[in-house]
Amino acid sequence: MTSDYMDGNVLAGPMRDVFAIDITESVAVCAGCGRSGPMAEAHVYGGGPGLVARCPGCDNVLLRYAETPYGRWLDMRGLGVLRLAPATS
Amino acid sequence: MDDSEADRPPARRTAEQGPGRHVLGTPWHDARLVDSRRETASARTLRFELPGWPGHLAGQHVDVRLTADDGYTAQRSYSLSAPADGDALELTVQLVPDGEVSPYLVEDIKPGDSIEIRGPLGGWFVWRQTQAEPVLLVGGGSGVAPLMAMLRARARLGATAPFRLVYSARTPADVYYADELRESGNATVLYTRAAPAGSSRPPRRISADDLASLGWPAEQSPTCYVCGPTPFVENVANLLIEAGHDPARVRTERFGPSGG
Repeated sequence: MTSDYMDGNVLAGPMRDVFAIDITESVAVCAGCGRSGPMAEAHVYGGGPGLVARCPGCDNVLLRYAETPYGRWLDMRGLGVLRLAPATS
Repeated sequence: MDDSEADRPPARRTAEQGPGRHVLGTPWHDARLVDSRRETASARTLRFELPGWPGHLAGQHVDVRLTADDGYTAQRSYSLSAPADGDALELTVQLVPDGEVSPYLVEDIKPGDSIEIRGPLGGWFVWRQTQAEPVLLVGGGSGVAPLMAMLRARARLGATAPFRLVYSARTPADVYYADELRESGNATVLYTRAAPAGSSRPPRRISADDLASLGWPAEQSPTCYVCGPTPFVENVANLLIEAGHDPARVRTERFGPSGG
């Protein structure tokens, strides 16, 4: 991969429309290599029609998100587990 | 955060609690430009007023959306460069030539004009008042903006956590917040292309020696915040980890090729 990426912090806005929480603080476990770390550390590529977040350890695609006239597409098959912050009651 | 946040009516908040954890109820809100100032020939700080703004944490960002007459929209993320202050929020925007959003924000927008803003966003690259450990801020170019919010938040809150800012800029003419940084007493500017006359350090990329002499020893377990272009962030984060810093204490925010 090239170094032309942003980081997971940029997911905060678009994902805020989908999740009720800030996923950039959530810990993602990569389904490819098992690395775990906050989504904020993912490498995000935004050149195409949406956003592609890759594991900083192995480049496996963790998450893809695109907004189209037909709907919003979310593919999380590369994300083994997402550990969310504890509920604040 | 400032105290005024606590005075806001609960109806303006979402169900979530805690500073910086709530965003405004619907995604996009009109923010009106009330003031601006030049930072450099190609960068401008913009102060917007957004009624009902829920406050934010130092280091958080917002998404900005512009819509053309024909309905075409362009969206970018910008760091908030000042701590929460009632309904006001400040962004410092670097002009990206041929960009879709930054030329408007740096050259064209006038007081009274409005843009759409979504936020505050991001709970990872933030500094909280409850953190007592030493803090090292390392910024490259426009990456100094969220770090400036942290430095200003510390001063405004009267926090005692020791802070140091190391700011890598191309030339003296490229330095944001120059007077304020000079007066702060805890910031050092390093130059990569041209240094001021009389400077003992030749212009060059930030090095392990720079971080060792200007930062905190790893044994003090500081939290390090690194923000800038991707290659800058990769370099600095690697240098810090090689110097023994815990990778979990090196928090990064990269500026990619967002198109400005």
